Amino acid sequence: MKSIRPKLFGLHAAPSFRLNILLASLPFILLIAAYLIAADIRHQDNPQDKLMPSVSQMVDAVDRMAFTEDKRTGQYLMLEDTLSSLKRLAMGVVIAAFIGLLLGLNMAMFPGLQATLFSGVTFVSMIPPLAILPILFIVVGIDELAKVSLIVIGLFPLISRDIYLTVKKLPTEQVTKALTLGASELAVVYRIVLPQIIPRLIDSIRLSLGAAWLFLIASEAIASTDGLGYRIFLVRRYLAMDVIIPYVLWVTVLGFLFDWLLRWGVARFFPWYHKT
Amino acid sequence: MPDTRPNNYLLHIDNIYKQYGDNMVLDNIDLSVNAGELCTVVGPSGCGKSTLLRLILGQEQATSGDIFLDGKQIGLPDTQRGVVFQRYSLFPHLTVLDNVCMGRRLPQSWAENRRQKKLIIEEATHFIEKVNLSVDDLHKYPHELSGGMQQRVAIAQALISKPRILLMDEPFGALDPQTREYLQLFLLEIWEQQKMTIFFVTHDLEEAAFIGTRMFALSQYYTDDRGEGDSINRGAKIVADHRLPPVASSSEIKHHPAFIKLIENIRQAAFDPTFLQHAKDFNLKHPDAFQTLTAEEQQTSF
Repeated sequence: MKSIRPKLFGLHAAPSFRLNILLASLPFILLIAAYLIAADIRHQDNPQDKLMPSVSQMVDAVDRMAFTEDKRTGQYLMLEDTLSSLKRLAMGVVIAAFIGLLLGLNMAMFPGLQATLFSGVTFVSMIPPLAILPILFIVVGIDELAKVSLIVIGLFPLISRDIYLTVKKLPTEQVTKALTLGASELAVVYRIVLPQIIPRLIDSIRLSLGAAWLFLIASEAIASTDGLGYRIFLVRRYLAMDVIIPYVLWVTVLGFLFDWLLRWGVARFFPWYHKT
Repeated sequence: MPDTRPNNYLLHIDNIYKQYGDNMVLDNIDLSVNAGELCTVVGPSGCGKSTLLRLILGQEQATSGDIFLDGKQIGLPDTQRGVVFQRYSLFPHLTVLDNVCMGRRLPQSWAENRRQKKLIIEEATHFIEKVNLSVDDLHKYPHELSGGMQQRVAIAQALISKPRILLMDEPFGALDPQTREYLQLFLLEIWEQQKMTIFFVTHDLEEAAFIGTRMFALSQYYTDDRGEGDSINRGAKIVADHRLPPVASSSEIKHHPAFIKLIENIRQAAFDPTFLQHAKDFNLKHPDAFQTLTAEEQQTSF
């Protein structure tokens, strides 16, 4: 029987697997092609062009940054930058997730805590984190602490509000049920509700990773001696697009990878999550 | 003479009113229930039968009036009262086995649970087998089970806590007719075996008459001496209270003339908006039935 579904257009379209892959790669192919053509045109005018480096220039730059020891420090710069950035990012995100989880969960479950904290958290969440970066540098110094704090301050209100809403959406029957099974109030919160919102916490982290990178790179750009953001802003002074572009791509790939890992983790360890 | 009713009955409800804002839902409800009874509560939708159940459960509080369980005023939900809801009875993040184990694990400390690990699992498995689930289902999550299986697990989950009374709120309301009848018979079996007291809320008259040993009808369609008009804010009352034949073990009784007649009577008394009985004429002939009308509801004429 001939399928009545169109291949590509309309509400009922059912693109085949191969067509799907082709369509998904189309934006990438177009983007790369446009860049290569534009770069080629510029290089015909001026072989030394720095604004749109050719692929070979970028390969050279990556080889220099990632696979050759730095003459001054004896280290692989891109690896060092990546490690210090990821350390800050991980610390910031984990601390923010922890604070956000506890705040959101307890505010949603205990009306007394909600009355005390809810408007405060909402208020804090309205502060643009970058605007208080100078305050952080003045108060806690320009060390790691300032960069980690910026991520924490930027992320925890968002996560706690998301967790709060998720907990509020759980049916009250669950709480009543747990009480009839002999749960104490704390057991309801930490043994019945908490495990049910962990996958949502992971989703929430996924969604806020973009913001976390933003805060990280901003603080590294302003005061740091290593890190991906530091390097990008350092080489900007020499118009070194051949380094900047691979670094940006690398940050993007890392972000994509974490997103995929977290999504995989939710599907693997919380099989019930998307079914309820 | 002091009222001894609260102590003589397992469940005793006295002059319960429940109001949401200006809307009177339950209007002077009186009822007492003996241990071992399978009480069913029917009524048109919106009559407040689920509200009554939530009051007994302790999930909500009455505007005024008293509820006694074993002669003691009830408080917030606890292990005295078990519950099976139409939905959301099971914890979605736990397997069947863990869901049923919760009734034993939640009241205890982590260390005790560790020590009794095997014992608790054995006990839970026993209850799961009682509700006719196989060992293959033990490690499935609720979303992997059919609606009927989920409700059976929910019953096992409630039973393991050995409640004094099991409250069921439309437990079979979302199931197809065959599964429904199967679960009705299954519930009767479990009820006989475990010598339980059950308070069963449903909108399905036939279901209520079929499984109950006693049936209440709750309805907002009645009249009394308070008069008519918008200023009279009437809520639902118990308009009928019937004793039913002990146990219908086969669904054939549903075709018996007496059964059909009873259903017709109650349909008229509770479900017909145009049929308004006076509060003093309600059919409350059940030996445990009682009704205390206020002076306004029943004015004595000289």
